[in-house]
Amino acid sequence: MNMSEFFAMGGYGLYVWGSYGVTALVLAIEVIMLLQRKKSVQRRLARLTAERVQA
Amino acid sequence: MKFSSPRNFYFLAGRLIPWCAVAAAVLALIGLYLGFFVAPTDYRQGDSYRIMFIHVPAAWMSMFIYLVMAGYSVANLVWNIKLSDVMAGALAPTGALFTFIALWTGALWGKPTWGTWWVWDMRLTTELILLFLYLGYIALRSAIDDPRRAARASALLALVGSVNVPIIYFSVKWWNTLHQGASVSITKAPTMAATMFAAMIVMAFACWMYTIAVVLARARAEILEREKHMGWVAEVVNGA
Repeated sequence: MNMSEFFAMGGYGLYVWGSYGVTALVLAIEVIMLLQRKKSVQRRLARLTAERVQA
Repeated sequence: MKFSSPRNFYFLAGRLIPWCAVAAAVLALIGLYLGFFVAPTDYRQGDSYRIMFIHVPAAWMSMFIYLVMAGYSVANLVWNIKLSDVMAGALAPTGALFTFIALWTGALWGKPTWGTWWVWDMRLTTELILLFLYLGYIALRSAIDDPRRAARASALLALVGSVNVPIIYFSVKWWNTLHQGASVSITKAPTMAATMFAAMIVMAFACWMYTIAVVLARARAEILEREKHMGWVAEVVNGA
């Protein structure tokens, strides 16, 4: 089996790769959003607790 | 119960997440290898059936996550455990995601096999209702400011909505539908080649590990926010 045959998926390439591609995309978006949330929460709370120490 | 203290949970989850993430990636690679290079082309559906290796695990996850969410909701309603509310809330977005993936891949599989992206039959309709239940649950939680009231109201919604899950699962038995019946059950041998079955199961475990990793990560962020006035949170965010 060569590369183009593999990607053609016996004529079902659009359906198969459309399924796996969108799945990979939405999972990647979830992971990126989570990492960003983690960073923003830590930054916000670091500021908050710093203010508390000063007060 | 030491694990149920938010602080202990935070650190325990922090240690678990990397292992689950690595396991998810390794299992996904093995599952995709089995699914695309080992499993043979189906004699009736050709290569379109390979959508199954993501469609079926995603559909399983969509239902199972909802039941786990309902379980945590019961724990929250009965024993008023704060952590179980955090876990229920952390599960919802990932559950919604897998429901969307099940519907999306189902449409892309339905077109070449049934000739249509969508039909209003019981299996597909109840799965769509599941998506709306997840979205409603998420919207309800963010709409109520008081966290205790948000917890109770959303737990009730999760509980009432859980009657939909057995309807989804048994819909292919109870009603005439385009959707095929279960090809895997506890009582019968799977009606597919062993390599196909193996690929699907490995992908299902990959989805499990992924879910545990992202849900624990979401729960950790939520715990930090809820416990922001505690001393240990100050130590965590200031890197002490």
